[in-house]
Amino acid sequence: MSGRETVLSALRTALQDVPGSESPDDVPVPHGRRADHAGPDIVGLFTERAAEYRATVVRVPAAGAAAAVGRALARTGARSVVLPPGLPEDLVSQGPWSRLEDVPPLTVDQLDAADAVITTIAAAIAVTGTVTLDHGPGQGRRALTLLPDQHICVVRASQIAPDVPEALSRLDPYRPLTLVSGPSATSDIELDRVEGVHGPRVLDIVVIEDA
Amino acid sequence: MSGADNVVWLGTPAFPEAARGALADTRLRANLRRATGTIRDKRLAVAAELEDWEELRETAAAIKRHTLRHLDHHLLRLEKAVTAAGGTVHWAADAAEANRIVTGLVEATGEGEVVKVKSMATQEIGLNEALAEAGIRAYETDLAELIVQLGGDRPSHILVPAIHRGRSEIREIFRRQMGQWGRPAPEGLTDDPRDLAEAARLHLREKFLRAKVAVSGANFAAADTGTVVVVESEGNGRMCLTLPETLITVMGIEKVLPSFADLDVFLQLLPRSSTGERMNPYTSLWTGVTEGDGPQDFHLVLLDNGRTATLADEVGRQALNCIRCSACLNVCPVYERTGGHAYGSVYPGPIGAVLTPQLVGVENAASLPFASTLCGACYDACPVKINIPEVLAHLRAEAVEAGRRDRLLPTTEALAMKAAAAVLSSPKRLATAQRIAALGARLVARDGRIGFLPGPLARWSATRDAPAPARESMRAWWRRTRTTRRDESRTTAEGKEAR
Amino acid sequence: MRIALFITCFNDTMFPSTGRAVTELLERLGHTVEFPQGQTCCGQMHFNTGYRREALPMVRRFTEVFAGYDAVVTPSGSCAGMVRDHHRAVAARYGDDGLTEAVEQVVPMVYELSELLVDVLGVTDVGAYFPHRVTYHPTCHSLRMLRVGDRPLRLLRAVRGIDLVELPAAESCCGFGGTFALKNADVSNAMLADKVRHVLDTGSEFLTAGDNSCLTHIGGGLSRLRTGVGTLHLAEILASTEGDAQ
Repeated sequence: MSGRETVLSALRTALQDVPGSESPDDVPVPHGRRADHAGPDIVGLFTERAAEYRATVVRVPAAGAAAAVGRALARTGARSVVLPPGLPEDLVSQGPWSRLEDVPPLTVDQLDAADAVITTIAAAIAVTGTVTLDHGPGQGRRALTLLPDQHICVVRASQIAPDVPEALSRLDPYRPLTLVSGPSATSDIELDRVEGVHGPRVLDIVVIEDA
Repeated sequence: MSGADNVVWLGTPAFPEAARGALADTRLRANLRRATGTIRDKRLAVAAELEDWEELRETAAAIKRHTLRHLDHHLLRLEKAVTAAGGTVHWAADAAEANRIVTGLVEATGEGEVVKVKSMATQEIGLNEALAEAGIRAYETDLAELIVQLGGDRPSHILVPAIHRGRSEIREIFRRQMGQWGRPAPEGLTDDPRDLAEAARLHLREKFLRAKVAVSGANFAAADTGTVVVVESEGNGRMCLTLPETLITVMGIEKVLPSFADLDVFLQLLPRSSTGERMNPYTSLWTGVTEGDGPQDFHLVLLDNGRTATLADEVGRQALNCIRCSACLNVCPVYERTGGHAYGSVYPGPIGAVLTPQLVGVENAASLPFASTLCGACYDACPVKINIPEVLAHLRAEAVEAGRRDRLLPTTEALAMKAAAAVLSSPKRLATAQRIAALGARLVARDGRIGFLPGPLARWSATRDAPAPARESMRAWWRRTRTTRRDESRTTAEGKEAR
Repeated sequence: MRIALFITCFNDTMFPSTGRAVTELLERLGHTVEFPQGQTCCGQMHFNTGYRREALPMVRRFTEVFAGYDAVVTPSGSCAGMVRDHHRAVAARYGDDGLTEAVEQVVPMVYELSELLVDVLGVTDVGAYFPHRVTYHPTCHSLRMLRVGDRPLRLLRAVRGIDLVELPAAESCCGFGGTFALKNADVSNAMLADKVRHVLDTGSEFLTAGDNSCLTHIGGGLSRLRTGVGTLHLAEILASTEGDAQ
């Protein structure tokens, strides 16, 4: 018997107590939001919570986005910046950094040598201060936001969902998804949180206020 | 090699003996006390932030309960969805089969090394050892797993396997061992956790960049879409899940959820329960293979290894609700004092005490169900509401039954329990025993306290006095002082005394 | 109200003073207390140690002896918890339908002392006087099985003359756990040492709780170290009307 048949037959033997009349869909499970987790000021909460992870968060009007991105790059002294396909040109400012386009795809060594990456996002979560990427246009494949040491996310205020259930409902499960809450961190030494391990050690979030 | 050999570490003494050694290690106790104390307060604070926390726990338990009752159905759905999305699904009945599958998949790539995301399932099956036998080197990339691997050590906590190590010990391990495995530790490494994390970053970077094959576990998998989820903090998970060409995920069959929508509940509960954060730094979700992004060859190995046996027990099956958050370890007064190694299993702490005996058979871990005061702190902390005290008490009965089957003669304990049951089932015998005890106590007690007790009770009197039995029991006092007028109402009860 | 006292086998043998205190207290509040002489034990030790079958005659006896009262009160959180949470399971697994039905009738009438006082009788001020410094250990089963919450503290706060001091890390287990104290004596000791230290930190004259088993454990440690701190069941403080309860 193959492993598959062995496991399936063991499962059916183990579940003999479950009446045959009970269907898998018989047990209703309540879903969705059961409480208002965020309060009225969703953008304010997102900004505050993301900053608690030591992400650098700024709020700007649409016209100020490129300048805010430029200030984030200047702050770390970035010399090279990765620009994913589909990133709106008006988010990138000119500066003393070289621009790396992912067409044709950059090698891991090129990405590892890059200082920063600028992306848009798919959705954000106010309560947890999380940004989520679906790696579509403006965000690029997953490696782009992993190897450069600084990740600058540009978030439109309308993309911020109040909480986890609402954000997940806005995402497409068939795309690769990455939820990012602050820079990489570890609690592995004495359960004390330390920011900055393998993923980007610097996370900048630029929130564009809706007009 | 069977699964049981890896879940429990052969040669580990029964819990009470192993615990004695751990208790004598003052550094270990200080490390554990500090770490569990820190995380407890954090967890309570972030759980209290969600006003529907209790409802979330209820919902999560309901989803798990429901999924387990139709586990075959949901696994077949998952298999279909993963396959449709370009992945390949394998089924492994036990550790040996899982190891064979993974080893074969790595060999087929022609690679001699793999990078690994922290995974309880691969720990449980002893995958690293199996790969080593095939000449394949497995590099653990989670910081705590790295500390354990470099130190030639065993994990002692589900979430933080190196919780038993303090910062200065970690520095020593890095300084001595990193060079043997790759890039050595930087000169002048301090024991500042920031420095230690930086050393791990540098050491592992080259491995991530050149890795062609990765092995991971999974926190969840959605049966409707085939989406697999890994929850992590450091970015080592993202490295392994994104950069290599081949990804092999080993997942216990109980990790499946009916739908993608169910994730909302668990992604709220897990980070708050495990690291005490509102959300962990990184959560990766992927569905099969995505062209031009990440591994183009994805294998999902579904692992039984004792889980169906656990499922067959209607009381014990709830242990399969576990999402490996380790909140129960962090609140457990026993774990706080002994640490994880005393449990002699990959799965320590309260959840280990209910999971291990079920995965390997209670006769192979008979001391674990007794490694608890049944204080219930674990049940209160569990985000999926596993009634751990209930399962512990249930497994104690199983352990006693197993003992009865295996022995021709009953144990001293069984005889004592039988005798006690005879006394405690009859008011007459109880009253007689009380008179004898009171008489005996007069001989040994001083000021109503007894300082030494015989036999197994000496374990009590080694550090505690015992009160002397009362000269007059409650029932004797009542009989002596209360008039028969009152007794009329209890004739039915009195009648049974003749038995 | 016609209230039956389930003293528990342990209190019956070791701490009849607690039973006398419960009786005195309830009678002072105007209730009739009865003590069915056929009572023995709830079966907790056997159940929790894995000897479930052996607990059956105790469950059967308990159910028969305590049938038909308005309420059954017991000065033990863990024994009340055993009856409430596990008697059904023992009856269903090892007994018969008749027993299961009888258990269903009796179980809802069983109360731990603070539950009976606060929830059923509706009192928090029981007219007690106890001019001493006291700290309260909530005990795991009262706290997490019965969820008595702050009922015992509300009762204690209403005691005249009392100086009630909060116990640090009160919700931590004392390490007793029935046969755990013997099977895992070393771990139990380590837990006890911390509990004793916390009690001493309060500078109390008395440690109180709703369970004499935990008090015996902690008291055994306090006594061995000659700390001079006494242990007293909640019922005995609530029954006290004079200056000296000793």
